[in-house]
Amino acid sequence: MEILDPLLLSRIQFAFVISFHALFPVFTIGLAAYIAVLEALWYVKESPVYRQLSEFWVKIFAVVFGMGVVSGVVMSFQFGTNWSEFAFATANLLGPILSYEVLTAFFLEAVFLGILLFGRDRVPRGTHLFAACMVAIGTFISSFWILAANSWMHTPDGFEIRDGIVHVTSWAEAIFNPSLWYRFGHMGLASLLTGGFVVAGVSAYFLLRGRGLEMNRKALSMTLWLLLLVAPAQVFMGDLHGLNTFENQPTKVAAMEGAWETKQGAPLYLFALPDAEAETNHFAVGIPNLASLILTHHWDGEVHGLTEVSAEQRPPVAPVFWSFRIMVGIGVLMVLAVLWGLWLRLRGRLYESRPFLRTLELMIPLPFVAVLTGWFVTEIGRSPWLVYGEITLSEGVTPALSGWMALTSLLGYVAVYAIIFTAGIYYVTRIVRAGPGEVGPVEEPSHAKRPFSAADIPFDEDGDFTTGSR
Amino acid sequence: MELIDITVIWMGIIGLSVFMYVLLDGLDLGIGILYPFAPDEQSRDTLMNSVAPIWDGNETWLILGGAGLLAAFPAVYAIYLPALYLGVFLMLAGLIFRGVAFEFRFKSERTRPFWNAAFAGGSLLAAAAQGFVVGTYIQGFEVEGYTYVGGPLDWLTPFTTFTALSLVIGYALLGAAWGILKTEGITQRWLYRLAPWLLLALTLCLVGISTWTPLTQDRIMAHWLDNWTVLWPLPALGAGAVILYWQALRRRWELVPFFAGMALFVTVYLGLLVSQWPYMVPPAITFREAASDPQSQLFLLLGVLFLLPVILGYTAWTYWVFRGKVQAGSGYH
Repeated sequence: MEILDPLLLSRIQFAFVISFHALFPVFTIGLAAYIAVLEALWYVKESPVYRQLSEFWVKIFAVVFGMGVVSGVVMSFQFGTNWSEFAFATANLLGPILSYEVLTAFFLEAVFLGILLFGRDRVPRGTHLFAACMVAIGTFISSFWILAANSWMHTPDGFEIRDGIVHVTSWAEAIFNPSLWYRFGHMGLASLLTGGFVVAGVSAYFLLRGRGLEMNRKALSMTLWLLLLVAPAQVFMGDLHGLNTFENQPTKVAAMEGAWETKQGAPLYLFALPDAEAETNHFAVGIPNLASLILTHHWDGEVHGLTEVSAEQRPPVAPVFWSFRIMVGIGVLMVLAVLWGLWLRLRGRLYESRPFLRTLELMIPLPFVAVLTGWFVTEIGRSPWLVYGEITLSEGVTPALSGWMALTSLLGYVAVYAIIFTAGIYYVTRIVRAGPGEVGPVEEPSHAKRPFSAADIPFDEDGDFTTGSR
Repeated sequence: MELIDITVIWMGIIGLSVFMYVLLDGLDLGIGILYPFAPDEQSRDTLMNSVAPIWDGNETWLILGGAGLLAAFPAVYAIYLPALYLGVFLMLAGLIFRGVAFEFRFKSERTRPFWNAAFAGGSLLAAAAQGFVVGTYIQGFEVEGYTYVGGPLDWLTPFTTFTALSLVIGYALLGAAWGILKTEGITQRWLYRLAPWLLLALTLCLVGISTWTPLTQDRIMAHWLDNWTVLWPLPALGAGAVILYWQALRRRWELVPFFAGMALFVTVYLGLLVSQWPYMVPPAITFREAASDPQSQLFLLLGVLFLLPVILGYTAWTYWVFRGKVQAGSGYH
């Protein structure tokens, strides 16, 4: 294979910039909802615990949201720079959908975020709560539109193609296409899981070190109740989403299951090394009939195999197969963790069990891994199609793009993101280490007006914690 | 034929979005360009704080411009971006560094020189890259059908380099006017001294572009000569804006330079559009040929007509919430 292949390099670049970007919104969607709840509790109960929790998490939210914004600007140009034929062919449909995202969500988030971060002493309390809710709603609206666009690429509907150009025949069918609600539900719950496990892990971090006990117990308790609902719900939702994919994109499911031959009573492989050349799995360890049972709800149900389509029409099997196992494995760990939490709570030992708190702390990165591997499954599983069954990846790539141009931009994005990601992670870690402080009289709020400056933590070691940085 | 021409309405909406972006982020980027030359670190803090509340929302106009182009004039989106591939990357890299540097700088001591450089360098890079886009628009694109077939560096010519330099100076002038409006004391005095030179340089650049363009582009030359009787107010208004700006600086007015700069940008912007009219991807594709399906344009138009006033409303409201002059040192503690 040629190394300077613009198609391959464009795919790597898109995978890189979208994966990097996805880490931020998936966290901020869940966290925005949590902050809105905290603000509502502060408004109703007036207990300073809620306000201090909210102010702590808003600092982290601001940094993560800011990085989401700058990496999101990049996304809005990727279709044009690297996938211009795809962009041109689908513009009638995807253009308005993406524009509606900007109009209904981005401005809402950007504007009300300013009020949420810096307007506490400038607007009435009710208005401040309203701003928190608007930010949270904005993040969900945004994910709705972007998932509508993405779902259409998986299960296109409500359109016809004339002279190679997509024309919309029904907006309702195009937007509410067959996989939209499954994907939206699955991603919405994933965002809550991500936000929830991060908050739980950080609360555990403080409890283990005996800091801010009252506040962090409250945070841990609230979050674990939420997760107790959401984690099992995600298992259910994931199953529904899988069944929807089984119906619409059987080849993708075949890759997820490592199913080469169409079979009745297909096994669920726990381990296997899929071999695309030989069209078989090596070292396969499976549970007989379980894949059929899960996918068809019948012991002997038929599961389509990859060999039903020609080799060019199959996605790369190994990455899909393994990403799927990692995602499901993390999902199982999450359910076990929340059940462990419930058991400890019933025995009154939730805040004392060090192994449990330590586990929560270590689980902080896991939801991010689960989200990324989940997206690997669905996106790699769609190839060779860009729009499933309609436009292939090689048809969509920019014709004028040469290999060295794509390589230059790819290396450039990797370098730029490496710098800002390192800085961002470092900064968030410092905010967490500095902590929310003890519950006490509420401090005079900041007058600053920029997202990141909601956090008055100096960026590097020499900075002065109390006065900012001057 | 429809009663209302949707494509023309969309031309107006996109034109407005792009112009909003140029004007609003232009002043943010201009502050970044002027920033390394500020008299002291205190001034730099104040300058940064003067654009701090607005840069985020301003950048959203760029995303709206991008998504709106895809929706309403997909040919423009699918030709400009491949043609300017490396330039677009440089612009985005510049915007990323500008955005995060902005935020991290205030928290840093040891790494402050790095974030200072990232802020100024990122702003300069983004401004220059946008100047190359303007130059390429004047110069034209090599296309076959709706596909770009030119080379990877067609956007990098002596002419586009000159337009890039011009836009950098233009943004710096917008930034200077904003700084005059939002600062006091030593920073404001420095900007009052600097602005006349920027104005002079920009005027020379504009005269240069106005001479260079028709000399190399016969079509544009013919266009202006044929329609001189209708088009003369544009250069006249531009000259008027320059004179007004000059007077405002001499008399130390605070608000007028900002609006005079805006007026100058309006005339230049309209001048560019008129020069290439009716082409959106010169010299081949008109705005009508670049348009998407009218049905798609209508679907989005309904949303825009309802949502844009709401957006402008709550944007104005937050500007009101955070109104007033930037006080040195009060911005972020």
